Amino acid sequence: MVEHVKSNRNKIWELSLEDRFKEVYPPLSDKEAQTEAMRCLYCYDAPCIKACPTDIDIPTFIRKIATANVKGSAKTILQSNLLGGSCARVCPTQELCEGACVMGSEHKPIMIGRLQRYACDYSASHNIQHFKPLPNNGLKVAIVGTGPAGLSCAGELAKLGFNVTCFEKNNLAGGLSTYGIVVFREPVEVSLAEVKQIEALGVKIETNKALGKDFTLNQLIEKYDAVFLGIGLANVPQLNIPNDKVVIDGLEFIAATKIKDLNSLKIGKRICIVGAGNTAIDCATIAKRLGAPRVTILYRRSEAEMPCYYFEYEFALSEGVGFMFLTQPIGINLDNNGHIESINCVRMDLQNESINGRRISKPVPDSEFNLPCDMLITAIGQNKHQDILDNLNQIGIDIESGYIMVDKHTNQTKHPKIYAGGDCIRIKGEASTVAAVQDGKIAAQAIYENLVSAKVKKVEVKK
Amino acid sequence: MVDLSIDFCGIKSPNPFWLASAPPANSAYQVQKAFEQGWGGAVWKTIGAPVLNVSNRYGTIDYKGAKIIGLNNVELISDRPINTNLKEISEVKRNFPNHAVIVSVMVESKKEAWQEIIKRTEETNCDGFELNFGCPHGMSERGMGSAMGQDPHYTQMVTQWVMEVATKPVIVKLTPNITDVVVPARAAVAGGTNALSLINTINSIMGVDLNTFELRPNVGGKGGHGGYAGMAVKPIALHMLSSVANDSIIQQAKIPISGIGGIETWQDVAEFMLLGATSVQVCTAVMHWGFRIVEDMIDGLSNWMESKNFNTVYDFIGKSLPRISSFGDFDLGFKSAAKINQDKCIQCNLCFIACNDAAHQCIDLQSMQMDEGFQKMFPVVRENDCVGCALCASVCPVNDCISMVEVESHRPHITWNELIKTKPEVLEWDKMEEYRQKSNIHIH
Repeated sequence: MVEHVKSNRNKIWELSLEDRFKEVYPPLSDKEAQTEAMRCLYCYDAPCIKACPTDIDIPTFIRKIATANVKGSAKTILQSNLLGGSCARVCPTQELCEGACVMGSEHKPIMIGRLQRYACDYSASHNIQHFKPLPNNGLKVAIVGTGPAGLSCAGELAKLGFNVTCFEKNNLAGGLSTYGIVVFREPVEVSLAEVKQIEALGVKIETNKALGKDFTLNQLIEKYDAVFLGIGLANVPQLNIPNDKVVIDGLEFIAATKIKDLNSLKIGKRICIVGAGNTAIDCATIAKRLGAPRVTILYRRSEAEMPCYYFEYEFALSEGVGFMFLTQPIGINLDNNGHIESINCVRMDLQNESINGRRISKPVPDSEFNLPCDMLITAIGQNKHQDILDNLNQIGIDIESGYIMVDKHTNQTKHPKIYAGGDCIRIKGEASTVAAVQDGKIAAQAIYENLVSAKVKKVEVKK
Repeated sequence: MVDLSIDFCGIKSPNPFWLASAPPANSAYQVQKAFEQGWGGAVWKTIGAPVLNVSNRYGTIDYKGAKIIGLNNVELISDRPINTNLKEISEVKRNFPNHAVIVSVMVESKKEAWQEIIKRTEETNCDGFELNFGCPHGMSERGMGSAMGQDPHYTQMVTQWVMEVATKPVIVKLTPNITDVVVPARAAVAGGTNALSLINTINSIMGVDLNTFELRPNVGGKGGHGGYAGMAVKPIALHMLSSVANDSIIQQAKIPISGIGGIETWQDVAEFMLLGATSVQVCTAVMHWGFRIVEDMIDGLSNWMESKNFNTVYDFIGKSLPRISSFGDFDLGFKSAAKINQDKCIQCNLCFIACNDAAHQCIDLQSMQMDEGFQKMFPVVRENDCVGCALCASVCPVNDCISMVEVESHRPHITWNELIKTKPEVLEWDKMEEYRQKSNIHIH
């Protein structure tokens, strides 16, 4: 007999560790998917398509779910976005397709993200090959980095008949989808299945191969007809406060929950996270689900300035994460064994001036206080791969504020053979999986147009 | 890749998806746009006698949030000048030589008029003709459309007139507003037609406005019967299609049939083709969503064909026709009973009330103590009493919750026709009772 669903979100201690790290949203059943798909109006010139950075023909893929042509539905999605399964899970749909859905003003938006996941999961679980690559054109392209930008570029180029080799510094391909998205948003298997699909198109992936260590840029330029850099960003910066060596890098903290045995992870009882972006939220909710009784986010500004998506903030609140706004850590106190015992913080006040639309904050004099804490995690942005950037700069590629400068219509750098995409070019706008996928597509089309006569059918790309 | 192309009595089409003779096939602009989006053919909106149209022309039925499950119209045949239509038809055929362009025609019941329009239209280089013997409103009152299709003599006579002069294939389009559609179908075959298409629209009044007491559609305070179409008519169309396709005289003529009536998705298309249609024609769904729906029709049908290992549409056209039987030939010993999957049951208990009030009272409600301290009633089938009517499975809102499962009936496997041949005495009630007792048939 069907049990009427009860929220267990606030009783995670009743779940096993494995269950706590299952996807937050269960997959839609066939009935749910069909019922929801039939609610879609199948708008013409639909605003959801315009809101999708990769131009997925959303009404068409939803109609195909409604007619039980789920295979065709997945093809419609993957035609525009080879990483549709990842994007279905991590896209901020409220801000993109679902935010634009015309049903939002009439009733409530269609669950586009979850329908996309339904179709892509069907395709992945049936191991369907939707695309037959064009005949080999003899041209070779190297891709550095196998995050969403690199994989998307690699897959689109393989479809167009190129010989594509990807170099990945980590043990597993997939970039942040594999290492950086919390398990209960995207299980690592989803990312690795997408990697397999890209490989099935003929793409070669060499893992444990780092640029600058195992090979050089010049070697790539010599050996390949084009190079795409999807190198992303680096580790989380230091806090630059006393004893900050004991601080844990937020990205490494997340990565551990993706690839290691959850039972082997050691966590504290009073965990503080510095920063209020989406990564900070991920660290906090992971810490809660690993069983930490007290998890607090420290943020030097107020709720209104938080860079994370609002729905992520709400999710963290519902998970029982505490927030201390207008609070800045200024020192770390260690016990005799060198373990963190507490942190010194200072109260902050918001000023009238802002940077990038966010008000700046300044310490309140004589407001220091001590906060008990046995584990401190930082998620305050990411460093740049400075050595690679220096190298690029030497061969004439413009670098601005640590980002690679590219032509926005082609993602080509000043060096004619080198293209780039993903977080490493995202000087403006929000870094996201879906934007990285589009970057890869744009570069793939430009490489194709520049190297092959424009006679063959083009990859659909938003200009 | 599967092959969707068809040869419809000599009319070649890259796929079986045609626009029906209706507003979406009214002009070169529309038909060419449709071809560009994937439609394999179009039956041009009927040309012929001069007409004047009215407004409003359409009335629709919505059901529980779904828009347009049925649509009726009082629009007439093309009101554009005949020369404009003919010019555009030849233009479309010139631009799309590999697509099927069929012209629907209808004129008054005069031999010269029919033969003249056929000859004039042939000059457009079109691929064939469809004779509109089905339009149920406006034209029928003038002795055309369904007035011809409802009288088999007329159907045969006009078909013969056309066949005398036509050098291209001719399709006769039948009206459903008749007791037995096989009769005019045979008449068209007797007249020499190359193919049939059905169904045209059904006589209907869509509704009454409860505030103004006007009809829908409302033409200046008045209304009248119009032609009903859309997904609501599909079962009627499937029945008429299959009864024509299964008729021995029609089968001897070896002519293809174009299926029409409520087709919206690739699944509908597959059903029409399984019941004998070689091509299908679509109107209402295009009026709702535009030509773009054909993409999923092509994609979905191709994927389904691949999954069934069909290489061409000819591998399955008519495949379900041998299953069409009649009541007298059904197995009286076959029994199915309702099985409720309690893991899926949500306790809406619609199956209980349907069975209890409207069927055979063979579902009981049993109470179950819940952990939370309240009781829930859930439905349980008494299988021995279940007659296998399938009403409960039909009302159940949960997929695969109630299934009708074949069970051993311990009854003789005999048909009604066989029974009354071997035991004609059962036509008397007392003998029937005896037979039932002997055959383990218990009526509750």
